[in-house]
Amino acid sequence: MKHASDLSRRRLLLGGAALGAGALLTACTSNETDEPSGGAQTVAAGNNANAAPGQKVVIGFSAPAADHGWIAAITNNAKAQAGTYSDVEFKTVEAGADAAAQRAALQTLIAQKPNVIVLLPHDGKELNAFGLEAMQAGIPVVNLDRAFPDALAYRLQIKGDNYGMGVSAAHYIIDQMKAKNVASPVIGEIAGIDSLELTQERSKGFADTLTQAGFRVANRRAAEFTADSGQREAASLLQALPKMDALWNHDDDQGIGVLAAITQANRSEFIMVGGAGSKAAMEAIQADNSVLKATVTYSPSMASSAISLARLIGQNKGMSDLVELQVPKEIILASETITKENASNYLKLGF
Amino acid sequence: MTATTTAPVQEPEKHAAAKQSWWRDDSTEQMRRNLGLVGVLAVLIVIGIITKPELYSDGTWVRNNIFTILELASVIGVVTVGMTFVIIGGGIDLSVGAIIALAGVWSTTLATQDFGPGGMIFCALAVGIGVGVVNGILIAYGRLVAFIATLAMMVAARGLAAQISGKQTQVSTSSFINGLAANDFLGVPVLVYILAAVVAAGWVLLNRTTFGRRTVAVGGNVEAARLAGINVKRHTLLLYALSGLCCGIAAVMLTSQANSAQAAMANLYELDAIAAAIIGGTLLSGGRGTIIGSLLGVLVFSTITNLFAINNLSTEVQNMVKGGIIVAAVLIQQVQFKSLSQFFSKNKITTS
Repeated sequence: MKHASDLSRRRLLLGGAALGAGALLTACTSNETDEPSGGAQTVAAGNNANAAPGQKVVIGFSAPAADHGWIAAITNNAKAQAGTYSDVEFKTVEAGADAAAQRAALQTLIAQKPNVIVLLPHDGKELNAFGLEAMQAGIPVVNLDRAFPDALAYRLQIKGDNYGMGVSAAHYIIDQMKAKNVASPVIGEIAGIDSLELTQERSKGFADTLTQAGFRVANRRAAEFTADSGQREAASLLQALPKMDALWNHDDDQGIGVLAAITQANRSEFIMVGGAGSKAAMEAIQADNSVLKATVTYSPSMASSAISLARLIGQNKGMSDLVELQVPKEIILASETITKENASNYLKLGF
Repeated sequence: MTATTTAPVQEPEKHAAAKQSWWRDDSTEQMRRNLGLVGVLAVLIVIGIITKPELYSDGTWVRNNIFTILELASVIGVVTVGMTFVIIGGGIDLSVGAIIALAGVWSTTLATQDFGPGGMIFCALAVGIGVGVVNGILIAYGRLVAFIATLAMMVAARGLAAQISGKQTQVSTSSFINGLAANDFLGVPVLVYILAAVVAAGWVLLNRTTFGRRTVAVGGNVEAARLAGINVKRHTLLLYALSGLCCGIAAVMLTSQANSAQAAMANLYELDAIAAAIIGGTLLSGGRGTIIGSLLGVLVFSTITNLFAINNLSTEVQNMVKGGIIVAAVLIQQVQFKSLSQFFSKNKITTS
């Protein structure tokens, strides 16, 4: 009996400790900052003719659940941009985990009879049929970033330029190498998830442009768009190239890990170019205290633009700077190069 | 690998006169397995020297490269120590990668970072142990199959991690945590010390304590262990808690390496850890395995990764080779240590 009571006291203590730790831990899940969080990329309704409130437009929106800073920024931007218009009603549906779930969610969206649908599909090919269906039902579809293969499936396609990202990064590196008089530079590349088409396009643009200048990629490692995989691959790459002149990293989110690996290896003899254009990367470029000297954009601001254009489509208006009376059918954003000189202009677009 | 396969062919004949030859003795079997893995490591390094002589001729580079390989192995090595215990105890833990992500994310929230590095480390370890205990309760007392319970935990823990982080990458601002990966102590990276400490602790726990003996007993034959008076349920729970603790340590290490944590981190670490334990000679059905073997398994994989990186070969080829090595290692171990020795002892009987 004595033994049993000992045990229960010990259990009580252990249980109490576990509960205490649990209570402490649940207090630790907060991510609230004290500063007000702005950050969304909106453009204030300017003073052109299109800005004036017009016919009411209901915009339905769907994007995959965010597992990455870029996708999160897409959803936030769309919401914020819609908020700037008094004549826009914004209806969003969770896209779920895969293409099938997004399709089901979109069916409920159609039932709410929106005037325009803005859609970042899980997979352009898999959601193509939905685009056709919605267009046939008379609802214009704005296809965001991941393209539908069928031209009948969208009213407007707005997307980034993956090939152009590689080209911009290569141009910056070529210019820098020429300025430094490096005849045959050692160039490294840290790509994103290698099985994705967008990664292949980025790498192709990079390699093609370098080849034109007579340069080549000495070593290429593929990470997984996460900081820890970026660190792992960068550590290997730095070990493989004891002396390097330039490095292009496809994604600024995984770049956190790449920069960590560079600090851990005590290396600083090369220049690094980032990709996508996160706020942290822009601030590092502006501060100019690391190897990161530039980043090439693939901006989630395209979601804000997509909402603006969807509104114009809903109101049957054109873009006021163009002669045409309707919004064009396809817009591909240019991949811009952010350096120390112009970083301050881009900071508001960082995610 | 050739060096290790030719050796057993001659050895048994030489010692055939002695009834208990060194090569066939059961007590040294694990040592022979480990020697085989050391042989594989040596072959990989020789391939490295042949393919990149200009790099290997530089002494400082070689030294740095050894530390790079060890640092690459450090996080997965710590996870594998916990995994080895669980597998020896007859279970499996598919949730290790997800526990690392959850512990990493939880310990890098702004609220936790306010408590400083001590608070962050406590949080990571507590979350790791906590999730491990939940796994253990589900499996030991809820009678769920380990595969199912930890599979469910894998999905759920990553979901919770994504929820807490708001799907963002959380940057660690603690210079102490980030310094773990960046700093050396007496010329050796701090992460390597942590790996060494965990491996040493794991070795002592498995080989020199009743806890370790009980683990082998439970994994070898649950019913016999129960009849021998071992509290099998409590022991199983402790094994998963131990695995969770290792994941908590690994989460701190990985956070320091990447200077950040996110819900998608430590992707597929469960498979890497299981693979390393298996080629290290741990029996998937439980009851047998060593910490040193698992460590060698991890080192083989990180040496391959390093070899492929310095030769600029793609990740796809690397994954194919990894798969091949897992199969080859298990096949060689079976053929080499069971069939071959049986084959030769039979031959001896028939010919003499």
